[in-house]
Amino acid sequence: MPAPVIVASDLTKRYKDFAAVDGISFEVAPGESFGLLGPNGAGKSTTMRMVGAVSTRTSGDLRIVDLDPNDYGPEIRSQLGVVPQADNLDVELKARDNLVVYGRYFGLPRKVVQQRADELMAFAQLEDKVKAKVDDLSGGMKRRLTIARALINDPRILLLDEPTTGLDPQARHILWDRLFRLKEQGTTLVLTTHYMDEAEQLCDRLVVVDKGSIMAEGSPAALIRRYSSREVLEVRFGSDRNERVAGQLAGIGERIEVLPDRILVYSEDGEAELNRITELGLRPLTSLVRRSSLEDVFLRLTGRSLIE
Amino acid sequence: MSDSGSPRGSAGGTGSGTGSASGAAPMSEMARAAIAAGTLPRRWGALYVAEHRTRSMGAYTGTIIATGIGNPVVYLFALGVGLATLVDADVGGAGADVSYLTFVAPALLASAAVTIATEEFSYPILGAFKWNPTFFAINASPISPRQIVDGQILSVLVRMVPSCIVYFLFMLVFGAVPSPLGWLSIIAAVATGMAVGAVLMAYVSTLQTDSGQIALLMRFGLTPMFLFSGTFFPLSQLPGYLQWIGWISPLWHGTELGRVFSYGAAEPIWLTVTHVLHLAAWLVFGWLASRRVAARRLNR
Repeated sequence: MPAPVIVASDLTKRYKDFAAVDGISFEVAPGESFGLLGPNGAGKSTTMRMVGAVSTRTSGDLRIVDLDPNDYGPEIRSQLGVVPQADNLDVELKARDNLVVYGRYFGLPRKVVQQRADELMAFAQLEDKVKAKVDDLSGGMKRRLTIARALINDPRILLLDEPTTGLDPQARHILWDRLFRLKEQGTTLVLTTHYMDEAEQLCDRLVVVDKGSIMAEGSPAALIRRYSSREVLEVRFGSDRNERVAGQLAGIGERIEVLPDRILVYSEDGEAELNRITELGLRPLTSLVRRSSLEDVFLRLTGRSLIE
Repeated sequence: MSDSGSPRGSAGGTGSGTGSASGAAPMSEMARAAIAAGTLPRRWGALYVAEHRTRSMGAYTGTIIATGIGNPVVYLFALGVGLATLVDADVGGAGADVSYLTFVAPALLASAAVTIATEEFSYPILGAFKWNPTFFAINASPISPRQIVDGQILSVLVRMVPSCIVYFLFMLVFGAVPSPLGWLSIIAAVATGMAVGAVLMAYVSTLQTDSGQIALLMRFGLTPMFLFSGTFFPLSQLPGYLQWIGWISPLWHGTELGRVFSYGAAEPIWLTVTHVLHLAAWLVFGWLASRRVAARRLNR
């Protein structure tokens, strides 16, 4: 196995008494697509900022491209592409100029930057927006431009913090497609997300993070296999009845989770469980059988859902 | 901490040979690639930042040129020519017998520099931390907070120096510069602008949000400074209990320095030295504080 590009061990970041990141350890191999999945406030962004060599760790060890960010911040950042949670494109510059200006920060010659800017505008499917003002771009376009900007130095590792938060479904799919292409080209991706579908789409491997700690680690499929059943039956009896009905469902499914708006029944065969429920004389208002997802893994691990 | 055996010893580059640092494990290919890629940004980062910022100024080149030319014409004419018809007292200071235009011109020049500084070091700085957080974007590249601050200062110089030169040329046209050393008042003005600007940048960088602090500062800090810094009349005309404003105001020191250069205003040498030191102190304090605040804010 090739040497990892990121090694974090017992990585901790404290702000006064609060541990935003509380002793997490992970490694990322070159070419891997690695995700940090967790709810808002889990410490994902703080972790990303430490990996991005802009935030100093309180304790633990961290090596990125074999260097310690405490000593080699600029050197490490020269190997990274960073897509932050909130767009921070320069609105005073035209779309393509954002790439050109940014490329200069890596000490790249003007000619190289110009050429790469053209290639990346095409990659981001923004060829016809070259001279557009940033403010006139849609949310999805801005994200793509931000990703293009992050690629201007041909980074070894691309860090993406909540890449599709706030985008409509179509824009998300376009973005996923672009990121998937990068992954195919062998770019190492590290991304945070609180969307399980995004993690499933993009990550080879992920860690589930909550309250600054890692709860579980593995590929999306392995995590689902380990912490959830194959299928999930969702039944709704109305918000005031769910809790009461749940008491009568003993023995149904492998496990039951009662949420305010619905009851989740974990099972290898959701339809069969639904039949058993109706045989009990219970009439759910709605029912739905689906595959288990990372959302279920998270619920199992933390007792909470990802988006609250 | 400079023991040569530690891996930190190679931070500045691999001094001897290619790669294998003495003692420690040999550096991997990716680490060496990163160190090579970090060289230029470490050296020239501030210039890259200035390049970016001057490009953004391109968005308001028109304003910059219009104010750069309009300001001196309007002010020199209104005050130096217009108001001067009413002002007859001896304003030049002890011994010097100069026209009101000559007296007021170096002050207007310094004020113009301060105006540019207040424009460039106030809202644009807070904006780059907050509304359009480009500083965070820059900081994610190999550029450090200190280079970001240095780059801002450089970029403002790119605007301020030509503006002051243009202003000075108009002063010449208006016949307001008797001394052959007059051009030195450009340097005095730029130093004044930068002294005010650096401190302003440090303050603005600490603001988490703007709930009127900047506007308040303009109205109750900078405007009084213009009025009470010996700009339009000698500081000695003010009642004694107001003269302290001038003494702490970099604008007064810069203005007086400009007068020494532009028409040889007579003052003791220790006072001239004080002007220079005063401006230097503001500049150095503001510059270092800005770097510190920026580092704290960007690298939380």
